[in-house]
Amino acid sequence: MAAITLIEAVTQALAYEMQHDDSVVVLGEDVGVNGGVFRATVGLQEKFGELRVLDTPLDETTIAGVTVGLAAQGMKPVAEAQFEGFIYPMMEQIACHAARLRNRTRGRITVPAVFRAPWGGGIRAPEHHSEANEHLFTNIPGLRVVLPSSPARAYGLLLAAIRDPDPVMFFEPKRIYRQYKEEVPDDGEALPLDVCFVLRDGTDVTLVTWGAQVKETLEAADALAEEGISAEVIDVATLTPLDFDTIAESVQKTGRCVIVHEAPKTAGFGAEIAARLAEECMYDLLAPVMRVTGYDTHIPLFRLEMKYLPSTERIVEAAKRAIAAS
Amino acid sequence: MPIAASFEIEYLQYLDADGKLVRKDLPAFAKDMETMVKLYKLMVSTRVFDAKSIALQRTGKLGTYASCLGHEAAHVGIGSAMKPEDVLAPSYREYGAQLFRGVQPREVYMYWGGDERGNDYQNEPARHDFAWSVPIGTQCLHAAGSALAFKIRKEKRVAVCTIGDGGSSKGDFYGAINIAGAQTLPMVAVIVNNQWAISVPRRIQSSAKTLAQKGIAAGLPSIQVDGNDIIAVRKAMEDALDRARRGEGASVIECVTYRLGDHTTADDARRYREDAEVKDAWTKDPVKRLRIYLEAHKAWNEKKEKALQEECGDWMDNEVNAYLESKVQPVSAMFDYTFAEVPADLAKQRELALSFEKGAH
Repeated sequence: MAAITLIEAVTQALAYEMQHDDSVVVLGEDVGVNGGVFRATVGLQEKFGELRVLDTPLDETTIAGVTVGLAAQGMKPVAEAQFEGFIYPMMEQIACHAARLRNRTRGRITVPAVFRAPWGGGIRAPEHHSEANEHLFTNIPGLRVVLPSSPARAYGLLLAAIRDPDPVMFFEPKRIYRQYKEEVPDDGEALPLDVCFVLRDGTDVTLVTWGAQVKETLEAADALAEEGISAEVIDVATLTPLDFDTIAESVQKTGRCVIVHEAPKTAGFGAEIAARLAEECMYDLLAPVMRVTGYDTHIPLFRLEMKYLPSTERIVEAAKRAIAAS
Repeated sequence: MPIAASFEIEYLQYLDADGKLVRKDLPAFAKDMETMVKLYKLMVSTRVFDAKSIALQRTGKLGTYASCLGHEAAHVGIGSAMKPEDVLAPSYREYGAQLFRGVQPREVYMYWGGDERGNDYQNEPARHDFAWSVPIGTQCLHAAGSALAFKIRKEKRVAVCTIGDGGSSKGDFYGAINIAGAQTLPMVAVIVNNQWAISVPRRIQSSAKTLAQKGIAAGLPSIQVDGNDIIAVRKAMEDALDRARRGEGASVIECVTYRLGDHTTADDARRYREDAEVKDAWTKDPVKRLRIYLEAHKAWNEKKEKALQEECGDWMDNEVNAYLESKVQPVSAMFDYTFAEVPADLAKQRELALSFEKGAH
């Protein structure tokens, strides 16, 4: 078994599921002959044909609306938005139909679709190619919002997303698409949705994050360990529906929490986790909940983008403040 | 200069406003009085149903309701041409098509009466149709996606979407006919041009001479029909459906009709259009002209009309009673259809909501 990157794990999951389920189709811009601009769908059209791996007209609204129609007829479409920053035209179809049809028809029409999008900054991309907007979707009832942070989790969570009977936003942290390889058996084993993954056990502070920031957060935990601070690291993975229990259990143990995300701070998903901690874990807290996030600015063009993204240094600093507060 | 491309839009009409035939090449169904009477009955039923809906709203028994008065030929023409296995993706006004496909008046009342169960059509073939789509034009892409599913699975089925003149301005409409053209999808897009998008007249939507010609941009056979002539609507629909079923792709049909009522019961059209225009539109009434045609063929008379009106009245009374007697859904219903299974986190919110129902506070 060869070790693969996160993006190769995405391809592997798509190929596995298309092979085993005829109702799975892939559609989007450049997903066919070109195999996607990041090569997530490379080789799929050769294997499964032009209809099951469909190059669509260049219109995100069309991709999203056709995806709803396919899913309503019992297909399992996996739509690609070429970049998460291009997803806005899809939002009406996602919010008004994909996420809502089950509810508004009392279960008569369902939308078992996946909307994939390369997400986040840090690859020196042009303007509008670096957005992290997961919080715009976590507020939409009926949607799952999933972000993998490793090749194994990309494979297992994407399989789960395709098999899920409801629509899933699958945001792929493109900064770590090819960052490292790990062995991911192509065994069709899905990982559970709706659960957080505890990536590192610790006792002094809980670091909560998702997507590409898992990398910096794990590095921060290493740095803190060198100074004798034991940090627990949680990859939320499925933002909604939220597995708050796993976060609460950890914070009840450590008494401190630092939430790390790439999206802007105000009304980012970190605000929801902080609010839940205030509601449900107030008396377990030894220090205020801290947030290390993108600033409330547009992500700058790439000369400055690394100053915007949460760094290991900023996470360590916040964790130390939490420790110092009690 | 050489011509790169050119086009013409045909206008199809069989029955003029006075119920007289203007063409000799009548389609077979139009000569079959049994079929024509069936279509007439449904058009009348739709009108009686519509009047009942407005009466319910005016007496506080229904929320906002979107009337279909004047659209009966267009809507029944669409619904009656489709096969059961086809799929309809309507906007929110096409009751004539939907009643034909098995939607029950009580379901329409339920929906506009504030209950999601109205979208859970119980009877086939409506049960596999889409529910009403309020976000304008979005349903066209659901038809395109459905048509793509049929093509992938090699099923001889056609997806039909309906949209208004205003809706034809939306990108979703163009996106749908565009991909349907590019992928040769079995789809029919019907523009029910009733001249008014709430208060905005047709001329403000587009300077195109016809809305049908928007289909030309997508490479589709496109036609304009008299939308108050059931024969023309149904014939154009049959041709388009046949073409789609033969694997020859999608079509666009513009049905030119008139919204005789307000946009919805929350609207007052007297604010923005002249009485004279509405009065003139009544002279083109689709129901009246079909009745004249049927009577000329001795297939209809005053006695039959009276019996039909009574029959429709009884049907609607029965449907209204079923609606009014229906119990409000339990509070848990708010949560139970958000996902296939209620997630643990949402279950806690459901528990909270239910605790207030039990008077625990």
